[in-house]
Amino acid sequence: MLQIPCPWCGPRDEVEFRYGGQAHVAYPEDPAALSDDDWGAFLFFRDNPKGPWRERWVHVAGCRRWFNAVRDTATHRLITTYRLDEPPPELP
Amino acid sequence: MAERYWRAAAPKASYEVVIVGAGGHGLATAYYLARNHGITDVCVVEKGWLGGGNMARNTTIIRSNYLWDESAAIYEHALRLWEGLEAELDADLQFSQRGVMNLAHGLQEVRAGVRRVEANRLNGIDAEWLTPEQVHERCPIIDTSPRLRYPVLGATFQPRGGVARHDKVAWAYATRASELGVDIVEHCEVRGFVRGPGGRVEGVETTRGRILAGRVGLVAAGHTSVLASLVGLRLPLQSHPLQALVSVLYEPVLDTVVMSNAIHVYVSQADKGELVMGAGIDAYNGYAQRGSFHVIEHQLAAAVELFPIFAHAKVLRTWAGIVDVCPDASPIIGPTPIDGLFLNCGWGTGGFKATPGSGWVFAETLATGRPHPLAAAFGLDRFTSGALIDEHGAAAVAH
Repeated sequence: MLQIPCPWCGPRDEVEFRYGGQAHVAYPEDPAALSDDDWGAFLFFRDNPKGPWRERWVHVAGCRRWFNAVRDTATHRLITTYRLDEPPPELP
Repeated sequence: MAERYWRAAAPKASYEVVIVGAGGHGLATAYYLARNHGITDVCVVEKGWLGGGNMARNTTIIRSNYLWDESAAIYEHALRLWEGLEAELDADLQFSQRGVMNLAHGLQEVRAGVRRVEANRLNGIDAEWLTPEQVHERCPIIDTSPRLRYPVLGATFQPRGGVARHDKVAWAYATRASELGVDIVEHCEVRGFVRGPGGRVEGVETTRGRILAGRVGLVAAGHTSVLASLVGLRLPLQSHPLQALVSVLYEPVLDTVVMSNAIHVYVSQADKGELVMGAGIDAYNGYAQRGSFHVIEHQLAAAVELFPIFAHAKVLRTWAGIVDVCPDASPIIGPTPIDGLFLNCGWGTGGFKATPGSGWVFAETLATGRPHPLAAAFGLDRFTSGALIDEHGAAAVAH
């Protein structure tokens, strides 16, 4: 089981959290202007790297707040977590 | 020295077709390229050992009871090939049509199950609806009493479904493909692609050198996105660990395959006696071929709830494979926007059952450059057109 450091509650077991997939995927600024290709890309296409990436978690059984994490998908090692109002850290 | 099943080939400088990934789907593709299309100038490259990825890690369930016409057609095509496969490959695959039961534990599941049975029948697929009494008759060790928090309210049943010995399937396809002239190169990792005019893919750069190819097919399951990213191709795939486990050996107690979406486990008993179980994917993206223990705990709790006698069973081994999950729980088979590069991926949690059918249709794509009619609906373009093939229901427990 992962141990995830919630930015507000500190390190807690993975079962207290739900996963939110890739972080920093912004809703399109002008949805009506999007082509079918753009909509498809926004709805269905996400990065899927083997290595460090930024992802979202929500502490459902704790403070119930969303936050972001940098985690290495090759090793599952959690590198860091950060609040939504903090700038995304550089990937190692 | 022991007789080898397939030749250990060294890669030549160039081939008509290079297939990346010597799992079940890749090997089946190579076999049908040779058998159906007479194309034997084929190389299957594999970064690890043959059949050592998800082919060695799945729970071997075979069925074709999918909801939509497109899925029913391709999975039923696969099942019909399974039914003749031992003769076709002249190999004992321990293929056993012991039936697959999908339990329903709520009114919505009953409705969806009955609908799927009717849809299957309209597509010529064997399907029955079982009452709780019939479930008990068919599999008495399932607790069909009202004691359960989510009691068994019925089940879909596909009598022609079953299991096969996964490793033997990979070995048989490899052996026959090799006999027909296909080169199989293990421990040969693709690190890049050879690009020609207009960005056309004209080969692969591997840890054993450059291999040129007329066409390249990616059949790398959970690692397909990693390969595609080497040519800047983004795919609607997320890679997750999917865990399974076996118990120690027991006397035969279970002679069918039982799946339960709501209580969340699927189980069969191997010929040797292990109970083989799986459940859902780990939620997070991951490539490490292991998952979190609470997922195992959850599926064992489900198994014990449904099969009280399993409370005595001991877990022998747990493991994970890396599955490439599509937003609609259906595969991607066909051309890509990059000339010369073709995909057979996105089988997610349920690829094993499709092995022969997947190889059959993808071989035609690699032979002709066009999708096989059974695969046409499974193109990458459906994520732009919106014509998704939503099989989250039939894909069952794992999603």
